[in-house]
Amino acid sequence: MSSTGFNSQNGPGGQPYANGPFQNQVALQPPGPGYNMTHQPPYNPMQAKGPMPPGPGLYNSGPYQPIPPVSSYQASPGQPMLNRPPMGSPHPMTPPQSTSPCPGPRMPPAQATPAPPVSANSYYQHPPAWQYEALPLMGAPPPMGALPPLATAPLTFVDNHVTSSPSLAPPQASSAGYSAAPPPVYHNAMQPSGPPLPLTSLHRYTQPGSAPPPMNPVAPPHTYQPGMTAPYGHPSTGLPPSMRPTPPPMGNATPPLPFSPKTDGHIATPANGAQVPNSFDHLETGPKMAGPPQQPAPPARHMGLSYPSLPPGYQNTSASPMHHPMQAQTQPYSHAPQSYQQLSAGPAQLSPSLAGLSLQSQTPETLRVVNLLQERNLLPPGPVTPPTPCLPQDLQKINCHPEVFRSTLTSIPQTQSLLNKAKLPLGLLLHPFKDLSQLPVVTSSTIVRCRSCRTYINPFVTFLDQRRWKCNLCYRVNDVPEEFMYNPVSRSYGEPHKRPEVQNATIEFIAPSEYMLRPPQPAVYLFVLDVSHNAVETGYLDVVCQSLLENINALPGDSRTKIGFISFDSTIHFYNLQEGLAQPQMLIVSDIEDIFLPTPDSLLVNLNECKELVQDLLKSLPQMFGKTMETQSALGPALQAAFKLLSPTGGRVSVFQTQLPKLGVGALKSREDPNQRASAKDIPNLSPATDFYKKLALDCSGQQVAVDLFLLSSQYCDLASLACISRYSAGSVYYYPSYQQQHNPAGVECFQKDLKRYLTRKIGLEAVMRIRCTKGLSIHTFHGNFFVRSTDLLSLPNVNPDAGFAVQMSIEENLVDMQSVSFQAALLYTSSKGERRIRVHTMCLPVVNSLSDIFAGADVQAITGLLASMAVDRSVTSSLSDARDAMTNASIDSLTSYRTSVLTIQQPGLLAPACLKLFPLYILALLKQKAFRTGTSTRLDDRVFAMCQLKYQPLAYVMLMIHPALYRVDDLTDEGALNISERAIPQPRVQQLSVEKLSREGAFLMDAGSVIYLWIGRNCNPDFLTQVLGVPDYAAVPQNMNILPELDTAESQRTRAFVGWLREQRPFFPILHVIRDESPLKASFMQNMIEDRTESALSYYEFLLHVQQQVSK
Amino acid sequence: MEAAVFVLSLVDCCALIFLAVYFVITLSDLECDYINARACCSKLNRWVVPELVGQALSTVLMLVSLHWFVFLLNLPVAAWNMYRVWKVPMGNMGVFDPTEIHNRGQLKSHMKESMIKLGFHLLCFFIYLYSMILALIND
Repeated sequence: MSSTGFNSQNGPGGQPYANGPFQNQVALQPPGPGYNMTHQPPYNPMQAKGPMPPGPGLYNSGPYQPIPPVSSYQASPGQPMLNRPPMGSPHPMTPPQSTSPCPGPRMPPAQATPAPPVSANSYYQHPPAWQYEALPLMGAPPPMGALPPLATAPLTFVDNHVTSSPSLAPPQASSAGYSAAPPPVYHNAMQPSGPPLPLTSLHRYTQPGSAPPPMNPVAPPHTYQPGMTAPYGHPSTGLPPSMRPTPPPMGNATPPLPFSPKTDGHIATPANGAQVPNSFDHLETGPKMAGPPQQPAPPARHMGLSYPSLPPGYQNTSASPMHHPMQAQTQPYSHAPQSYQQLSAGPAQLSPSLAGLSLQSQTPETLRVVNLLQERNLLPPGPVTPPTPCLPQDLQKINCHPEVFRSTLTSIPQTQSLLNKAKLPLGLLLHPFKDLSQLPVVTSSTIVRCRSCRTYINPFVTFLDQRRWKCNLCYRVNDVPEEFMYNPVSRSYGEPHKRPEVQNATIEFIAPSEYMLRPPQPAVYLFVLDVSHNAVETGYLDVVCQSLLENINALPGDSRTKIGFISFDSTIHFYNLQEGLAQPQMLIVSDIEDIFLPTPDSLLVNLNECKELVQDLLKSLPQMFGKTMETQSALGPALQAAFKLLSPTGGRVSVFQTQLPKLGVGALKSREDPNQRASAKDIPNLSPATDFYKKLALDCSGQQVAVDLFLLSSQYCDLASLACISRYSAGSVYYYPSYQQQHNPAGVECFQKDLKRYLTRKIGLEAVMRIRCTKGLSIHTFHGNFFVRSTDLLSLPNVNPDAGFAVQMSIEENLVDMQSVSFQAALLYTSSKGERRIRVHTMCLPVVNSLSDIFAGADVQAITGLLASMAVDRSVTSSLSDARDAMTNASIDSLTSYRTSVLTIQQPGLLAPACLKLFPLYILALLKQKAFRTGTSTRLDDRVFAMCQLKYQPLAYVMLMIHPALYRVDDLTDEGALNISERAIPQPRVQQLSVEKLSREGAFLMDAGSVIYLWIGRNCNPDFLTQVLGVPDYAAVPQNMNILPELDTAESQRTRAFVGWLREQRPFFPILHVIRDESPLKASFMQNMIEDRTESALSYYEFLLHVQQQVSK
Repeated sequence: MEAAVFVLSLVDCCALIFLAVYFVITLSDLECDYINARACCSKLNRWVVPELVGQALSTVLMLVSLHWFVFLLNLPVAAWNMYRVWKVPMGNMGVFDPTEIHNRGQLKSHMKESMIKLGFHLLCFFIYLYSMILALIND
């Protein structure tokens, strides 16, 4: 235990795992967005607790009465209901509830006291209902607020629990809300423990009375509150501190006490929203996780009430992983701490119910029918936000961030046939090594993993009791190691569910030695530079050497970091940098057929020890080849030399190449016929011409060497072949067409900035990434730069923070019994400091069984990103026209499926659900993207590079490449501006990409990812010209303008702040081009106007008509 | 003479059966993660051409000995083998490419193909056996 310890890495804010405070706060907040929200009322529990004398009676009378289930409950099951009530300490209760509701007359006074907290409760007011009640409510849609359940509530806490007597409980579930919701799936809870659920619950219930500890008024409150979800428990929880006194005496069970409360909370949460049904399940199942409540958080001691008090929304918010467990546990605790049989995993349970609910509650927005032919302005004013999976809010809160882990369908279909019917691709998009501002890091001698599938413990597992947890991927029941019982954050024992591993969907472990095949290797950087005549002409050597000199101290690494240089033209030049030499020594190997290393020991040197020599070399290198007349380039042999040099340690090779390699192994021939660029129907030569680079890349991959390729060339270089060296060794590719020091200053700046980022960004060495998914799902295709070593293992000699990955999945076994599925990406790497680390991301998604739910959860950006990757594959293996047809068909098929299977009312027009309304637009944008366009003259290398980018860029950047954002910037105001570090960033509206949106009076900024255009209208507001561009009139705008002058005017500051902000959002540096009508770049600007018609491509409207025609066939 | 042809075919067929079994075993090793894709593909690619030759040999033998039915039975398989090799893109490392084998369900389709071939060769084995015995009896 002691051994474990966390620390937060990045960012100041380490994570406050232990503390509930955060969560609590969240909880407090209004339910707002959560799904549950709709249902709000369920939580009445408060009332119940509350001492409301009239309690049940009142409730009954209330709105709820109508609901049959409720009454039934009251009658017999009522007690079960009661259980909840206790939970909800009055506090939260809204006034009304508190007044009468509290079912638990018995409730100890203490509870009553809690009432004060009420403020928070206000939310609740409407709906308060016991969780149980809530459930029923759920069934009966409207009743949300209905109090009926309350009636049940009347029981005292103890009673409640007791009442909940097992027998009752189960029935409730069934009878209650279930009708509405899909049948609750018990299995989750059940599975491992299986039987336990009902029975156990019963026991507990029965015991309740007896099961004293938690029950105790005082204690119970505590417990309950915690139960609410950790959040409450946590300090800040909305509840007044007074509420929760210190932890109750917990019964004996060490930690348990708190749990009980939590459990309630959990349950409650589900109850809230649509989830309600689930909650029932949970309840019934009872024993979920034993997750203790967040401990006796100081402040709040809600008497039992806390739960009820919390509005559903809140609970959700709390979301901390704890909750789940908590919920389950709560019941158990009440009885005896030991019996934690929580049936299902909190998350899983909820999800199913949610799914059911989702239909009703969500339909409104994501499934709203949009007639694309009529709606002109589809784009939201700001960025397109990813959909939120229909999970219980507590799970949702802890779910992995969509920028890191995203699924094309946020609701997973139950069966492959259902997925086929929806005609949408199922896949994941990952950005696993993204720079994160907050990343919890855990140091522990034992990393808890499932014994059979090796999944890392994560927030979505189920704690069956304190000693056992059930894997959410393979459902095996595992033991909780002794060490895991201790929570280093809170320094408490017996709360495995509160450990950071169970609280964070993204977490990093410092791996012990069993995760190493060999001692962590130092970071080794090798630069391979083209120094042929052509290369020297471009002048790139100056920039590279200069950037390296400037950043040599910022290269990630430790005292062992090594560096080396190789240059090549028709021969290979090595540089001996051994310590002690007065100056670098160049060794030339001219036998390129059989390359060897002249002095293997001194070519790679310790950066710190030989820094001066390295600096000398960098200073002299650009001049050394100034007069070279060598035009040939032997890239292949140079790469072989680099591989030989690095193979003992692994590391990173950065290759700078400026022309087609024509010498030695790996020589290539020009395959492009420039005259065919525009006319050819199909683009040949998208696939590599030789397997040399692929083989070498695989050799590199095996020795943990990654090759990054910088291609600076104005001529055809056969990127399709060369890119293989990076693709399979997990490197990255940079391409600067027409790079020329003198004539292309913008390109030089771009190269400089990219290089700086490249040299200083984080790096992970000797990495592998494994993507696991719940049994029944399988990954069948991978996209990105890596080598797939076995079915789910990606070999990544280097991993960098700018690399994205995508995988396609299929459903091999029906997921009928599951309410949710999880995906886990675990990236094991050696940091530049020589630490072995594992970064684990886990995402949980609900499983649904209806087409409309699938459509409701579609993530149009992720789908587009995945389709783009698939289309790239198709272009290479089949043909470009095939790929284009496939993309068009993807949009036609999915809309057809929506029309025939989901829409009940057939209307004329092209109908799409709101969540897919951008789909045809994005597809059209893809068809006009450099990678896939036809009919326009596109250089083969440009096209291939665009394809590479589509495959390995993270989704956020890919979307900008596909569909640039257009803003009007001549009238920027501070209205609605973002405030970032005391700078106001104006937020202009995103415009449709159509020339009709441009006006001669304005200035427009187009953000196309790697390039930003600022188009100045002919009659542009003179103020803008003078205040922002610093020119007197339109005619004075220079042809090549790439920077905005730093003028001391408000307009200039706003514009620069906006452009600067756009640039900061991505790791590469977009060039800014100021263009006017006469500029040669206007054509590229106009090509991005994808809604307009071009000679060779349809306009958006025409495309819609085409799609409509196909859809209605 | 006829008996000699079938004896030769029988031997050839046995070799092909062994090869098919070897393919199946190696692919399932890959599936179970016992070997890595690189090793698996280089092992298998080595035997693609021998397999093609073996299949072509029995096809030609049948043609030469004018056993039309068996010849037509063998022809599609021989043609498929050649087509497969001919179709390999320039940038790939052979019929089995380690960078592709885990993509787009290729592993499964290779496995299926090997199983079908195994079945086919077993069928051929019995045909040759029967024909050989018949030929020996007739002699």
